[in-house]
Amino acid sequence: MKGKPLVSIVSVGLSKFGKLEGLYAREIFAEAAKEAFDRCPKLDPKKDIQALYVGHMGESYEHQGHTGATMADWIGLGHVPATRTEAACASSGAALRAAICAVRSGLSDVVMVGGVEKMTHRPTAEVTEYLAMASDYPFEQWNGMTFPGLYALMATAHMHEYGTTERQLAMIAVKNHYHGSLNPKAHMQKEITLETALSSRVVAWPLKLYDCSLITDGASCIILTTPELARKFTDTPIDIVGSGQAGDTIGLYERKSLTSITAAKVAAQKAYEMAQVNPGDIDVAEVHDCFTIAELIAYEDLAFCKPGQGGSLIEKGETKLGGRIPVNTSGGLKAKGHPVGATGTAQAYEIYLQLTGQADKRQVKDAEIGLTHNVGGSGATATVHIYRRA
Amino acid sequence: MSENAPFTIEQFYKHINQGKLLGGRCIKCGKVHLPPRPLCNNCYSKDFEWVEIPSTGKLITYTVIHIAPSQFQSLAPYAMGIIELANGLRLPGMVNGLPPEQIKIGMELKMDFGTCALNQPWPQWPRYCFSPL
Repeated sequence: MKGKPLVSIVSVGLSKFGKLEGLYAREIFAEAAKEAFDRCPKLDPKKDIQALYVGHMGESYEHQGHTGATMADWIGLGHVPATRTEAACASSGAALRAAICAVRSGLSDVVMVGGVEKMTHRPTAEVTEYLAMASDYPFEQWNGMTFPGLYALMATAHMHEYGTTERQLAMIAVKNHYHGSLNPKAHMQKEITLETALSSRVVAWPLKLYDCSLITDGASCIILTTPELARKFTDTPIDIVGSGQAGDTIGLYERKSLTSITAAKVAAQKAYEMAQVNPGDIDVAEVHDCFTIAELIAYEDLAFCKPGQGGSLIEKGETKLGGRIPVNTSGGLKAKGHPVGATGTAQAYEIYLQLTGQADKRQVKDAEIGLTHNVGGSGATATVHIYRRA
Repeated sequence: MSENAPFTIEQFYKHINQGKLLGGRCIKCGKVHLPPRPLCNNCYSKDFEWVEIPSTGKLITYTVIHIAPSQFQSLAPYAMGIIELANGLRLPGMVNGLPPEQIKIGMELKMDFGTCALNQPWPQWPRYCFSPL
């Protein structure tokens, strides 16, 4: 399989990200699905789509579980087998992996995969509590840990070991807000200054408000098929050439490293090897910046730089549009927003736009190879996928 | 020590309630589990013995929580850390007994055992925290 396409993406869809008042999750998902159907007129959804996988983290938000069937119902997929995957913030990264397996198994030729979360109608305190469910309850949450707190523990450890600074973390927020300002679907489309980020209120020291991603409503989806069938549906398929998923202990406290997300490192190694691609070959990447420290650690785990060099990579502007390896051109979770279950396939959406030259003001010139990195919880799940122009 | 007690999270907190920090040592491979587990994740044995874990250790990383869950809001800002106990096992916990700005990575801490209110709804677990030696 090495270096060969696993599957091809023939279409993608993304709802507006933001505070989508008055809408229910299934209605937001339908918006994303409609875009994917409209983009691919040669595909007849009812005839061609043979399975649906949907990433969704929390049934608490809308008192609604059974997400696979619900979404299939609202997008007119009738009796198609529909399955929800849950892996916290990596729910749709895991769905993507499951969809690839479904196509590769030969059981389904055309598979739709997406994700959804409706969050903003709940008070922040409740959302915080639901998000914390991604972490260990009996030891971490029970004793007072919060979700930002877990990433703050990694930030403190990284600062202590490598001299990473709060300023470097703030630079990631500034960059992603700049990218978000170029994305009409982003939740926040305004730039911020370094001072704004650095002087924002402390959430979990050393992380401040502008180090945290947004509570957002949104949905995303992509349609996959075999590389052989792809041209039947589109002239510009994008291949997925590498897929890695890995796990780790649910409790952060039990992990060997606190300055790296080992599951992401392992997933990346698998994906690079499968794709026969080196970190230096990646033209554009969407990484899981649920907190600024998570993006900085991602630079290192994905080998865009050496361990401890993440701070200097952002300082040199190498991950900004126009830099050596633009990261989170969509605005990332930080500015585009983080509707948890939707994030993994929303990252794939951005890479599809980039590799097909449709990213408009935020287009990375001649982007040919892209990567997505999606992390669940504090790193007990990670998925990495590599994409290539077909 | 409760010889026949199950090697569970519930039992871990029953011990905390009695002021004891106990882990489960796998009789087959020797791995010590803190918290205890009923299935060894190293060799899949289900045979364990209770071992006392020294309740002092050093702080390996920390944060100061300003935005807290509702049940902890009255304590905020408060520090949370990961503590490496004398034999390399780790636990997360609140760090009390000194102002957050005096907290330093590497500092020595001891465990303080809380107790559980009898009428508390699930889970009926006490809380523990850490403070300077």
